[in-house]
Amino acid sequence: MSDPLFEFLCRLGDNTLVLGHRVSEWCGVAPVLEEDIALANVALDLIGQTQLWLGLAGEVEGQGRDADRLAFHRDVWDFRNVLLVEQPNGDFGQTMMRQFLFDSWHLSYLKALMSSSNEQIAAIAEKSVKEVTYHLERSTDTVIGLGDGTEESHDRMQKALDRLYPYVGEMFLSDDVDAAMVAQGIAPDPTTLRPAFDAHLAQVLGEATLTKPADDFAHKGGKTGARHSEHLGHMLTQMQWLQRAYPDATW
Amino acid sequence: MVTEKPTLETVWDWLSAVPDPEIPVISLTDLGIIRDVSWEEDTLVVTVTPTYSGCPATSIINLDIETALRGHGIEKLTLKRQLSPAWTTDWLSEAGRAKLEDYGIAPPQPAGGPQHCPRCKSSAVEKISQFGSTPCKAQWRCTDCMEPFDYFKCI
Repeated sequence: MSDPLFEFLCRLGDNTLVLGHRVSEWCGVAPVLEEDIALANVALDLIGQTQLWLGLAGEVEGQGRDADRLAFHRDVWDFRNVLLVEQPNGDFGQTMMRQFLFDSWHLSYLKALMSSSNEQIAAIAEKSVKEVTYHLERSTDTVIGLGDGTEESHDRMQKALDRLYPYVGEMFLSDDVDAAMVAQGIAPDPTTLRPAFDAHLAQVLGEATLTKPADDFAHKGGKTGARHSEHLGHMLTQMQWLQRAYPDATW
Repeated sequence: MVTEKPTLETVWDWLSAVPDPEIPVISLTDLGIIRDVSWEEDTLVVTVTPTYSGCPATSIINLDIETALRGHGIEKLTLKRQLSPAWTTDWLSEAGRAKLEDYGIAPPQPAGGPQHCPRCKSSAVEKISQFGSTPCKAQWRCTDCMEPFDYFKCI
């Protein structure tokens, strides 16, 4: 395993990069104009955060790789994002359910990172918290609105939850990289964030009239890079197309 | 060519004439994103904080600062990025807030929504979307004059 701090920063940056790209796939095709603009704005925030996280990862690594190089010159096995964010968009409801589940975790994690012993990490977290607070407000409202909406929208949101819930557990798994971060006071142990997440989830799902799946089974392998789902590789062929066809091309 | 170093006050004056590329009625100093100006020996150091981490205007802003200062004869210039403390709309100047409203953009309010419609001043307003045409704005609508308008989000 490479330097745990580099791994850790790649996890943060790859989460925002992969989800940012996924959400940007909606640009121009969302159900209504306001949602299209909102999705593009969220994607933009996430890509901005990616530049900060992966930029710092490149500095920590010290081998001359910048954020662009890390984003566009690595293949599937080097990505460290959780499986949830690479799942396909599906319909608008599935996209917003994925966003809600991620935002809920993301905001609590970033808030904890604001007191990181690493000043640069704390600064990026402080900046990101402001943006992600907005993301969570919107995704929560949308999940409630569609869940407690028409019969059609309710069914679709329940299906989205059933489809995505098995990817929630991975966000709260702790491994050697996390342990190294905890030991240095850089980041919290993800397992400690689960109770608050569960309480928030229960409250929102209640308002949305949705039912949490009984089974807590969790797919894993994304944040360690051991086993991504098939979707990430397909996504990267789109995202990295230009750099694959014309390596090192610049704007 | 500048033979003598301009005072920091002069540099601030120059910067207050650089418009925000997205909302040109306000200047970079109105926006509150210039955090510091200082001399380090004969190099001018300007510290800038981004509004939103992914805002595409950030790189244009840096370019505009550089162009303006070079236009005033500054040769040695460093732009620094500062993330913490994170930019907040509390740093918008009073003049900037008034200019925003004149321009048709409701200035940010701690209550989380516009005080009134920037056109007809009615307080009967409703949110259309939490996001708008740039990362810093949301879309609202006046239910009296029926005009949609931008609201500068409070962060």
